[in-house]
Amino acid sequence: MSTRTFEYSVGPELADDPVHGEGLRINMGPQHPATHGVLRLKIDLDGETMRRIEPVVGYLHRGKEKLCEGLGWARFFPHTDRLDYVQPLMNNIGYALALEKLAGIEVPERGQIVRVLLMELSRIAAHLIYLGCTGIDLGAVTIFFNTFKEREKIYDILDLWSGHRMNNTYVRIGGVFSDVSEEVEELTRAFLAGFPAELDVQEKCLTGNRIWYDRNRDVGRISAEQALAWALTGPNLRGSGVAHDLRKAEPYSGYEGYEFDVPVGTAGDCYDRYLVRVEEMRQSVRIAEQALRRLKETRGGEVLAEDRRYILPPKAAVRTSMEELIHQFKIVTDLRLPAGEAYQGIESSKGELGFFVVSDGTRDPVRCHIRAPGLYNVQVIPVLGEGRLLSDTVAIIGSLDFVMGEVDR
Amino acid sequence: MTATAGGAAVASSTRERVRAALAGLAHREIEARDGMAAVEVARDVLAAALRRLRDAAGFEAVTFVTAVDRRPAVPRFEVVHQLYSVAHRDRVRVQTRVAEEDPAVPSCVEVWPGAAFMERECFDLLGIVFTGHPGLKRLMMPEDYRYHPLRKEFPQQGIEPDRHYREWDEARRRTWRPEE
Repeated sequence: MSTRTFEYSVGPELADDPVHGEGLRINMGPQHPATHGVLRLKIDLDGETMRRIEPVVGYLHRGKEKLCEGLGWARFFPHTDRLDYVQPLMNNIGYALALEKLAGIEVPERGQIVRVLLMELSRIAAHLIYLGCTGIDLGAVTIFFNTFKEREKIYDILDLWSGHRMNNTYVRIGGVFSDVSEEVEELTRAFLAGFPAELDVQEKCLTGNRIWYDRNRDVGRISAEQALAWALTGPNLRGSGVAHDLRKAEPYSGYEGYEFDVPVGTAGDCYDRYLVRVEEMRQSVRIAEQALRRLKETRGGEVLAEDRRYILPPKAAVRTSMEELIHQFKIVTDLRLPAGEAYQGIESSKGELGFFVVSDGTRDPVRCHIRAPGLYNVQVIPVLGEGRLLSDTVAIIGSLDFVMGEVDR
Repeated sequence: MTATAGGAAVASSTRERVRAALAGLAHREIEARDGMAAVEVARDVLAAALRRLRDAAGFEAVTFVTAVDRRPAVPRFEVVHQLYSVAHRDRVRVQTRVAEEDPAVPSCVEVWPGAAFMERECFDLLGIVFTGHPGLKRLMMPEDYRYHPLRKEFPQQGIEPDRHYREWDEARRRTWRPEE
């Protein structure tokens, strides 16, 4: 049996340094649990200080944009679920909104309310994953179990609602697939009533916790100007003090009619980003409660618009009529959207999730570019981490909050 | 459609700001289907236009940089920069056509450092060269990959997805001998 030797290569800029010279280049990932997926960081160390970080992405690249060009507009929907797989419905809605903008479709009021409710539940579920995973990375194991317990309640509701826990593909062009049952409404109401108290418990474990505070405060600071220049969006931008939220700045799905506040941080460090996300969950509960009230008021309304050119026929009719079945088949396989370009950005839990769609009026999409906020959250890791200790990477990665399914596409 | 109506009102003041910022530079305004302010500029003024849009029109952030393969149209590629202004809450899209023979545009990493990954991705998947980029290499595909997958001639099923494995396997088979 031969012995194996491990060779560590020293970065050239460190090897020539007369003072240090003890440089070490290490790989973190792509199978490291704290990198939240298949992210790889090439880190040049000088002692325990990180001199240079290079994020390497692409290990989960599946060519989503190319797939869209081959599949057509309608059949790409299930693929959007698998972008940011902790909030599939948010991706569905972003994609649907872009196509609706291109086709000029208006979603009925009840459909919009259902979408808002889904988006806010998804945001809570995604932020709970952030809280749990960042917690366990920094040693707070209890938080992980408690947040996942809460998240599971949301997934139970979505299971009953759409038939799946995850990867729901519940949204359609022109609205959503089916109406909401009263049972689902009741369960959601019960969850929203209990959730703020649960969140308080989790926050009590962390916000004033000495270890949590020391590991996050002043770690990974970024100023507002820098955050903007580095294309950060969402909670990461708000953590630096920029009160920018697409739900307020460019309202979609009727967000202008809901009352909620946009929490912002001051220091732009990991701790502020954490505080922003916790407060966002509370605001999401506020929005979801308003949406639930509106659902009650609009009971019996349509959730799917009617437009024979772009929108699926009602499922009940498809089951009994051959013409409707053929029509559904045509919509799925041969959807033709008007020629032109449209961009729709939505406020996802990670930042601005955008879909830039280009059509030439034929069946085959010309281009579907997905503006994934996670990629730019990854890009900024060197800015936040260089010059800091190796152990800070875990806090920084956790606080930037990305999902590799979306980063790599 | 309410969203478009509101967007159109916003876009008219945006257009004036963009027009003022680009005064003196050759550009053409485009009617985009989603109502966003959009301009087309030639490649040689793109760098100046982007810089002016940030400094004079206040677009502090770049949302995405990508390209559209318009084959068989000539020039073939349309490079798209979409910018965002947090202060004014509006967007502008800047388009530049480049030919297949010389698919190069100036990099805007100096204006917005966040564009680095956007340009790397665009180079990787569409083969657009961003001149002046500090480290233009592939982002998603392996570094020795020979194709640009988002180009229209690239097949849906991919090309040589298992080349690394196949070469390793062939080498292994060549050198393998049964144990004595």
